[in-house]
Amino acid sequence: MAELASSAAHVRHGSSIGQPLTRRDGLLKVTGQARYAADNHPPGMLHAALAVSSVARGRVTGLDLEAARAHPGVVAVMTPENRPALAQDPDEKAGPFVFRMELLQDDTVRYVGQPVAVVIAETLEAATEGAALLAPRYATEPVSTGLEDGEAFVPPAVGVGAPAEVRHGDVEAGLVAAARRVEAVYETPAQYHNAMEPHAVVAAWEGDRLFIDTPSQGLAMAVGRVAGLFGIPPENIEIRSPFLGGGFGSKGAISGPQVLGILAAKLVGRPVKLVLKRDQMYGPVGHRAPTRQTLRLGVDGEGALTALHHHVRTTSSRYDDFFEPSGSVSHTLYASPAIATTSDAVRLDTGTPIFMRAPGEASGSIALEGAIDEMAAACGMDPLEFRLRNYAEVEPTSGKPFSSKALRECYAQGAESFGWSGRPLAPRQMRDEDGLLVGWGVGTATFPALMMHGQARAVLRRDGSGLIETGAHDMGQGAWTAFAQIAADSLALPINQVEFRAGHSGLPDAGIAGGSAHTATAGMAIHGAGADAIARLAELAMADQRSPLFGAGNAGVVAREGRLVRRDDESRGESYAEILARAGLDEIEGRGTGAADQAAQQHYAMHAHGAVFAEVKVDPELGQIRATRLVGAFAAGRIINPRLVRSQYYGGMIWGVSFALHEAAVVDRRTGRVMNANLGEYHVPVNADVPSLEAILVDEVDPHVNALGIKGVGEIGITGSAGAVANAVWHATGVRVRRFPIAIEALLGQP
Amino acid sequence: MSLSITLTVNAVPRTIALDDPRVTLLDLLRERLDLTGTKKGCDRGQCGACTVLVDGRRVNSCLALAASLDGAEVLTIEGLAEGEVPHPVQAAFIEHDAFQCGFCTPGQIMSAVGLIREAQAGDDPERVREAMSGNLCRCGAYKGITEAVLEAQRRMVANAEEKAA
Amino acid sequence: MNRFDYVRPATVAEAVAAAAQPGSAYLAAGTNLLDLMKGGVMRPARLVDLARVPGLDVIEALPDGGVRIGARVRNSDLAYDPGFARRFPAVAEALLSGASAQLRNAATVGGNLLQRTRCAYFYDPASACNKREPGAGCDARDGENRLHAVLGWSEQCIATHPSDFCVPLVALGAVVEIEGKAGRREVPLEEFHCLPGSTPERESVLAPGELIVAVRLPGEAASFAGHARYVKLRERTSYAFAVVSAAAGLRLVDGAIAEARLALGGVAAKPWRVPEAEAVLRGVRPGAEAFRRAAEAALSEAQPSGDNAFKIELARRILVRALTLAAAGTPERLPALPASPHAPHPGVSLHG
Repeated sequence: MAELASSAAHVRHGSSIGQPLTRRDGLLKVTGQARYAADNHPPGMLHAALAVSSVARGRVTGLDLEAARAHPGVVAVMTPENRPALAQDPDEKAGPFVFRMELLQDDTVRYVGQPVAVVIAETLEAATEGAALLAPRYATEPVSTGLEDGEAFVPPAVGVGAPAEVRHGDVEAGLVAAARRVEAVYETPAQYHNAMEPHAVVAAWEGDRLFIDTPSQGLAMAVGRVAGLFGIPPENIEIRSPFLGGGFGSKGAISGPQVLGILAAKLVGRPVKLVLKRDQMYGPVGHRAPTRQTLRLGVDGEGALTALHHHVRTTSSRYDDFFEPSGSVSHTLYASPAIATTSDAVRLDTGTPIFMRAPGEASGSIALEGAIDEMAAACGMDPLEFRLRNYAEVEPTSGKPFSSKALRECYAQGAESFGWSGRPLAPRQMRDEDGLLVGWGVGTATFPALMMHGQARAVLRRDGSGLIETGAHDMGQGAWTAFAQIAADSLALPINQVEFRAGHSGLPDAGIAGGSAHTATAGMAIHGAGADAIARLAELAMADQRSPLFGAGNAGVVAREGRLVRRDDESRGESYAEILARAGLDEIEGRGTGAADQAAQQHYAMHAHGAVFAEVKVDPELGQIRATRLVGAFAAGRIINPRLVRSQYYGGMIWGVSFALHEAAVVDRRTGRVMNANLGEYHVPVNADVPSLEAILVDEVDPHVNALGIKGVGEIGITGSAGAVANAVWHATGVRVRRFPIAIEALLGQP
Repeated sequence: MSLSITLTVNAVPRTIALDDPRVTLLDLLRERLDLTGTKKGCDRGQCGACTVLVDGRRVNSCLALAASLDGAEVLTIEGLAEGEVPHPVQAAFIEHDAFQCGFCTPGQIMSAVGLIREAQAGDDPERVREAMSGNLCRCGAYKGITEAVLEAQRRMVANAEEKAA
Repeated sequence: MNRFDYVRPATVAEAVAAAAQPGSAYLAAGTNLLDLMKGGVMRPARLVDLARVPGLDVIEALPDGGVRIGARVRNSDLAYDPGFARRFPAVAEALLSGASAQLRNAATVGGNLLQRTRCAYFYDPASACNKREPGAGCDARDGENRLHAVLGWSEQCIATHPSDFCVPLVALGAVVEIEGKAGRREVPLEEFHCLPGSTPERESVLAPGELIVAVRLPGEAASFAGHARYVKLRERTSYAFAVVSAAAGLRLVDGAIAEARLALGGVAAKPWRVPEAEAVLRGVRPGAEAFRRAAEAALSEAQPSGDNAFKIELARRILVRALTLAAAGTPERLPALPASPHAPHPGVSLHG
């Protein structure tokens, strides 16, 4: 798409990075002009609706095709019988992160909510009713639905290829030698991403060219997957994804329903729109798997950890692999001579779990932070003091130094702002003026500073303006704005002189927007592309006798506000436009790549950190909880735009509140159906759930993560927050609830 | 069956032929009138993304049959700004970073406009939070939303006083 | 959603005549009906839209000091009607604790009485549900039922009625005015909803085609205005159905309870008035011990229908809370978080 109409305030010339600009896409979003996938309506478009399975395992034995076809407006029903051929088996596992999908390849049903047919009609109403009229019949098989079901096995890897077991030191010896031990079992439920925007696709074929509007956190990967499935060259595919209505991991890999929309368009030879109904988002588009985590901790007489064992039981689907890597937080967070993380899993008749905002870190953090809190209490220590006692000066499991770690400052600044020093050590000591129990808890936040692989293109134009292109994804984190800021600085232009293009598969691959790595990855690609364009321009000038920069020599030229000047005498220089004009060029191009620095990664452990302090109030008789106040202090390297970063932290902290207190899938153990597959009873927080939030941006300079010093902020806010809230509930009530979300009935014991 | 209804949408009177009584106000706006600013998040009255004003009141357009609204006045996000000038709620949403992905935003803004018209919350942030709780935001922009609603309301009062003076 | 005939009668008589055809359903705002139709739970052949029927949207003061509320009055209009809220504050508080502002702006009084259960098995056409399909069985009975009924349930159905509004209404002796082919009749709200027994599909005394035209509160219901509260326990601070809820109204004379009105929500297939608990309180001085005795009486017949025994004790406690708050006096203005335990209660010290 073209450059966004700028609504940015506070535009300053000079360095754009670090400025709290308002969102450049803000005006589009507040006026309803921002076009999301489902807002597209090409001429001749038909509507498609999914019919999905209501059983978890078996076969479809019948569909009432006649009833559906007879419904006025229905154009076609796509079933395994007539589904257009694919060039690739959707069950083929080309790599660990190519997920199997259900594209009507046969009559098998492997989870509740699996698409079993697609109805295409002239109107949305007709397609929806047509799908309902299919009323599938099934031959069912016994199902596995819970952590208890089936035989546990050790998966070959967890998360993104991480080992299922990590051992450092002798945990058993450390536990034997401990003066005090804590063993605790924590349970986390299945959760669903529930981005506000349901997965949607508008697909149009023109011969063997394919045009797709669909939200994507990974445009290049999506193109690759679709090209493989349909057997067409990637360059024939154009995906437009200027705005995602939230992703949180569920729009990382293109999902089955999105491909079914493309297939439907092929079947009918007209453009087709397919939008998931909300209840259809509880099956084919991933979820966070449930876990049961066993923490075993030992400390010596001084409260220093002697051993930490974090065992994770999780689940995957019966037909594909993704294993929630909840142990990862224990690798990095607290110093201990002996640390072990182990995992096993059972297979359930569910859709395949997938990355969900802070995959592993979120579920692991709430368990680890709870167990750490339990040990602090057992030691009679303030939980913050206990965490400082066990502060990791180097990464415990690897022994590597941290590339930077301002966690002490996070603890200090967060505690100061929160007023932590007034906290009574014992639980159930504080009440508010209305008699509600008040509790304070703390949790440590952590998230790895990752980088994917991304590319960008920069152009300097003869009119003095610049252009940056990268296929970056804005899921709400602020890519349109933050990348424009990096782009402006990379070209040494004021931000309003730089056109920034993103959200389109025709642009250079920006890498997947995941792992909190997008700003670092695409940002470094932009940084490199801009520098490359400037360097090429400088070469032109330095080689030209007519230029005041002639012969300035290597690194003798710097870019300043649309001009190249001599480093030794900044009064001598000329504008980009002048250089290009004299060279007879309309523009000059640069290319850049963002990727991890392998050497630096070998030497350093790279993580963002934070400390979250939470206050909850609990009704002493009725058990209803409210998280009344959260203060988070986070250190995540260089901050591109503090306004947007604060919003990321707030959002993450609210996810933490939700994890501890609100959201869970209620699964019928007999059928595997999610019985609250809606937004009325799958409780995500409402405005009234979070009356007070504060995010403190702690200064941190990291010379090693990447040249821009960016660590990433999208996911860390959940970690620490969930545990802080849960620990605050303990402090308020004296009841340690180890099953999340904390249920009212868990707190009714002591009136 | 076909029935004809009249609706005033964003101050423009329209006569609409409905070939199907099942069409909700939301689907009418989005799929038939090309007013796609109003979003569908749940289609069941559980998220608030589809909030519009009907006869000045905020409602979930997904749970209203278009046919039943014959004669009503509908205001959507597209009709809120005065030409190029954003409505004070829109401006305050930008200023307070009251959204991230933006998908719930049209509903949040229309809900905020409705809330200010209702004049029940006053300047009490807790009442604003409660009154905005029918609009889910999965990105978690609630802090900015509450601040934006309060500020827009102050601004609107000030503007009205200025005009009156 | 299935296709349906859409008719828009101009009078109550026309509406009743139109709805006499089998398969008809009345459409008021549609906030519940359309939801059910979209889920395939209800598939009416014809919708009789009440939008044009005059006279149903009036709030009318009655000579006895009571009020007559037209069936199509919107929840928010009623809650924010100053005269109504002053005389029946617990009803206003219950209304404002329900759903969201948008839904309250649309949903009607009659629709609120007739809203269907939130039982997930009722809502899931693939599950067995005697209410949806008589004789099919009840998948909730051995299913995910931690929020299901603890009073008045049967083996055939353990669903609860989800209304907040109905809880104080039933406590205050509301009467439902019904129009049918045979003319008008009146039914006390307490007798309006049916317990499931062996016919859970029959949720109210309405005969097919009958229409609620109004709900009436008698003048004496206003005598509780000074000491009337609604309390609702939720799993998030707002926009959630009740786990349990309670309405309490007290008429105090010389510091003693002359009359008490009590009802529970979220515990049964109907709003659950507890006359036995009201009787316990008659003539006694308000206090924790008396309130607890009343609560014990109210729940004496309660039985868990599944994984929900906690709701019995919770119901007792919320009754005590509602009584405690009512005894302390109705606040001048409804709290910012209506009915919430997290609303400040100025002047009340429950906890010593």
